[in-house]
Amino acid sequence: MASIKMRAKDSNGVTTIKALISHPMETGTRKDKKTGAKIPAHFIQEVVCEHKGNMVMTANWGPAISKNPYLSFRFSGGAAGDTVKLSWVDNKGGKDSSETTIK
Amino acid sequence: MTSMKRRIFLKGSLATGAIGMAASAGLLTPRASLAAWSKDAFDAKDVNSALSGLFGSSELAGSDKIKIKAPDIAENGAVVPVSVTTDISGAESISILAEKNATPMTANFVLGTGTEGYVSTRIKMGKTSSVIAVVKAGGKLYSTGKEVKVTIGGCGG
Repeated sequence: MASIKMRAKDSNGVTTIKALISHPMETGTRKDKKTGAKIPAHFIQEVVCEHKGNMVMTANWGPAISKNPYLSFRFSGGAAGDTVKLSWVDNKGGKDSSETTIK
Repeated sequence: MTSMKRRIFLKGSLATGAIGMAASAGLLTPRASLAAWSKDAFDAKDVNSALSGLFGSSELAGSDKIKIKAPDIAENGAVVPVSVTTDISGAESISILAEKNATPMTANFVLGTGTEGYVSTRIKMGKTSSVIAVVKAGGKLYSTGKEVKVTIGGCGG
């Protein structure tokens, strides 16, 4: 399940991470148009980014992050060729992770 | 006499049993606290209780060192791009709240040591309201806000 598209780019010692995750991000308040039943909440709660085993960023998300979330941030200390790992966990226990090298 | 002793022994073992139960219950909870996903904060119905849930305090100091980049008018409330940049040194976390959402707490980004004060993402907004960025640095909370008009419906207002 490759749900993560990620790019990491180095520029003068600062790495910019851009990531797109495919996820429905259901809020739990939306209703099914045909049956009127509520669609249960299903959203990513935690996204963790690691570089060389160190936590670079942990994002705690609520259901108000848009569907198919986009995320971007910068950190220093990375170099071209290093591996960065991004992983997420949702409220139903679903999870995925992906690795990319800094360019 | 022997029966008395046995009674004492039973009492004792019952008590240690209870302590053992409490300890194992305690062992189960740290996972939840480590994960740091605060149910209190994300379920809170207003900004103050969301902040209290997350930081234990809702005292905000206005700051011009935080910049929010978001559209003045968002035609589609389901996808509102928001970027937060801060120059505050030692920023530990950046939180994004949409004031009039049913649950204002949208995201809380915990920054690592080498991570710059910058995050960009896309959020959902139920209606026109201000987007609040809260930066935690040195145990204090700094914030700034930006009004985003949300026009729901196809005509774009």
